[in-house]
Amino acid sequence: MISANIAALFYLISGVLFILALRGLSSPASARQGNLFAMIGMGIAVVTTLAVAAPRDFSSWLLIIAGLAVGGGIGAFIARNVKMTQMPQLVAAFHSLVGLAAVFVAAAALYAPDAFGIATAGHIHAQALIEMSIGVAIGAFTFTGSVIAFLKLDGRMSGKPIILPSRHQIHLGIGGAILVLIAIFAFTASPVAFWLITILALVLGGLMIIPIGGADMPVVVSMLNSYSGWAAAGIGFTLGNTALIITGALVGSSGAILSYIMCKAMNRSFISVILGGFGGDEAAGGAGVEDDRPVKQGAADDAAFLMKNSSKVIIVPGYGMAVAQAQHAVREMADVLKAEGIDVRYAIHPVAGRMPGHMNVLLAEAQVPYDEVFELEDINSEFSQTDVVYVIGANDVTNPAAKTDKASPIYGMPVLNVEDAGTVLFVKRGMSAGYAGVQNELFFRDNTMMLFGDAKKMTDDIVKAFGH
Amino acid sequence: MAAAAAHVVSGGAIDPFIFRLAIFVLAIFVGYYVVWSVTPALHTPLMSVTNAISSVIVVGALLAVGVHLAADGNWASKVFGFIALVLASVNIFGGFLVTQRMLSMYRRKG
Repeated sequence: MISANIAALFYLISGVLFILALRGLSSPASARQGNLFAMIGMGIAVVTTLAVAAPRDFSSWLLIIAGLAVGGGIGAFIARNVKMTQMPQLVAAFHSLVGLAAVFVAAAALYAPDAFGIATAGHIHAQALIEMSIGVAIGAFTFTGSVIAFLKLDGRMSGKPIILPSRHQIHLGIGGAILVLIAIFAFTASPVAFWLITILALVLGGLMIIPIGGADMPVVVSMLNSYSGWAAAGIGFTLGNTALIITGALVGSSGAILSYIMCKAMNRSFISVILGGFGGDEAAGGAGVEDDRPVKQGAADDAAFLMKNSSKVIIVPGYGMAVAQAQHAVREMADVLKAEGIDVRYAIHPVAGRMPGHMNVLLAEAQVPYDEVFELEDINSEFSQTDVVYVIGANDVTNPAAKTDKASPIYGMPVLNVEDAGTVLFVKRGMSAGYAGVQNELFFRDNTMMLFGDAKKMTDDIVKAFGH
Repeated sequence: MAAAAAHVVSGGAIDPFIFRLAIFVLAIFVGYYVVWSVTPALHTPLMSVTNAISSVIVVGALLAVGVHLAADGNWASKVFGFIALVLASVNIFGGFLVTQRMLSMYRRKG
């Protein structure tokens, strides 16, 4: 047994280790050490808790070991077997678990307040009740919100936004009811109020995410990341636990910053993303005119010829590359080009893919060195000195209309200036519009050659054509 | 009401809530600056590692599983705690291991 003060110091140490873990992510070179710090911090927090509040009976120890083993086993199995293209849905699923854990911890605290040190003579302090109810509300919201995000990202639910009539009023009504119930709960400590808060927050979480379309998911996943942090912080206040409060604040601000970066990269306001409805039929209205302008079409042989006779190539990957699992084929193609002495780089738009940094992970998986991969602002000026751009699975993020056409729904969104290059090779299945429902002006440019086909097959064919 | 109760407990000193709030607010600022320094290439590992560390909520689960049934708790609390423990453990192990797996893939040239 250790004293509460010593325990508090250990919790502080794990909080500091978590900060160092995030600090480590400033560079891939220090990131692994950062992850190790985080694991040590977690270990310290768990051991400290078991030391300061050691269960008095053997059965409790058994339960703890069983819980850690079962959960840990499942977690390790998932971590080992998940595909890198599935990272967005995995992260969404993990967020839902944090949310649900917050709900259950809050419920446990409600039913055994003395064990948590938040009550005197069986009466829970009002302050603890408020903290607890905020924690449980955010946790429940995070849970169902993340489950819906998971279903959409995993393709088990249509990525199209589902619009319910007068949904904003319903959301506001539920939100208001939750606030009233929190007030009631703070005064009465009634378990009924507690569970009503939980149920309403569960419903609200689902309803809020359903109307949000697939390509807005980077913002949603980041936002839920943030919420899982705030839920943890709420519980941290209830328990008076420094490690939990620091972590909650870190995670909360991390998710908020990522949401901000994603919104900025789409030139959308956070509010408009959250209100949902983008990317459905209604958004297509303005620009949905049938386009029968001619496009230049090419085959793998043409693409291979163009690339082989260039000196600088930039590859622009997007979500389509992830769907087609084409990252390895792309790297093979780049290897051939590099062996010919051609300069090959990758340009990543912040919202390429379904979560922040999605493309970087896929390229890393395909063993593309990270110093060949560049962010939008670092590479955008180089397209004008580039011979060939290979766009694979990206669409809206290359649309020059975002810079020129004020009527376009994506006007003002930062885009990659691929049209400045000598030739743009655009791999695509057909002529359908991108997520924003806008036709890409790029297709009709003189220096664009459309390569129609599956992203992976086309890239494989180009690699084969290099040999001819 | 709450303030009065805490006042009695802390013998007229500052409510511990204020200290917690101070830690919370300062940690938000720390998080703000630290996260802006994260390279965009590592935003996915950032999400998975923040997810893993937010499972430090496991400390609450451990407290609940450890409640002494005869003295200060009931079955509900123990059961809730156990569920939370399993969920948080999935996250801790899954989150850290998948982060490690991702980070081990990032390589420099050559």
